[in-house]
Amino acid sequence: MSGISSDSIWLDRGRCRTGSPNKVFCMHTHRPVNLALTKFSFPLAAIASITHRVTGVALFVGVAALLYLLDIALASDEGFAAAQSLLAQPLIKLVFIAILAALTFHIVAGVKHLLLDFHIGDSVGAAKIGAQISIVVTIVIVAAAGVWLW
Amino acid sequence: MVNNVMSLSRSGLKDFVIQRATAVVLALYVFCIVGFYLANPGMDRATLLGYFSSLPMKVFSIMAVLATVAHAWIGMWTVGTDYIREHYFGAHATTFRVVYQVGCLLVLFVYALWGIDIFWRL
Ligand code: HEM
Repeated sequence: MSGISSDSIWLDRGRCRTGSPNKVFCMHTHRPVNLALTKFSFPLAAIASITHRVTGVALFVGVAALLYLLDIALASDEGFAAAQSLLAQPLIKLVFIAILAALTFHIVAGVKHLLLDFHIGDSVGAAKIGAQISIVVTIVIVAAAGVWLW
Repeated sequence: MVNNVMSLSRSGLKDFVIQRATAVVLALYVFCIVGFYLANPGMDRATLLGYFSSLPMKVFSIMAVLATVAHAWIGMWTVGTDYIREHYFGAHATTFRVVYQVGCLLVLFVYALWGIDIFWRL
């Protein structure tokens, strides 16, 4: 085991020749996995990438809030007023701006992603600049929106 | 091992394309809404209602709802299959992942019905 992570790699029975109980340990069919996250270095592009994922999952939840606000605002005059007073509450306003911030980054990084899919800007150097641009653009848009909405 | 029985199109390549196509629809939709918002400072309900109840906008809104559901399903599926697997979750990873996936599908099902209802009844 020297030099190899002690993490077990479990496979379904049947995928392995040695058939002990339910699952069997079979190192020889897989390459070792060693995720020492604290020891890795994370370039900006990696941070932007995971942030795109985090904002995607945040939006999965945030969509509920947006649908709710739009639902009541469209339903009746009282609902429209209720949506306005909800958004006037500091905590709710903050959450709303956070959802918009997640959406902004997800779109900016998403558009960058689409460009990369067409091999535009996917060299190592461009990736760094691309990550920098997407972070700066997001900050500028969110700051402007934050000042405007607050 | 994680397989693709729960992926939207059962094909990584098709999922990839669908996720990109829906991303474009969603981005365009967001731009339209933001543009409308910026063009109408101090908006009242009549303006909001007028904007969303035209037929083209109703169709676009419902397309955006469906695009969100497909896009988010592919996205959440990708995230789930990346993390909820035996290496991290042990022997019962597949059970956990299926529970997670069913949870995501239920949420997205509610979004679909709710979203269609919001826009179609206008
Ligand atoms: C309704 C709102 C949205 C939700 C709930 C959402 C959710 C997600 C999720 C969960 C992922 C998976 C992330 C990953 O695999 O790392 C994802 C990926 C992606 N999203 Fe969105 N998204 C939304 C809107 C958008 C928009 C408007 C764009 C426009 C550009 C976009 C572009 C992308 C792209 C390109 C990917 C693929 C990233 C990859 O393959 O790594 N998304 N989204």
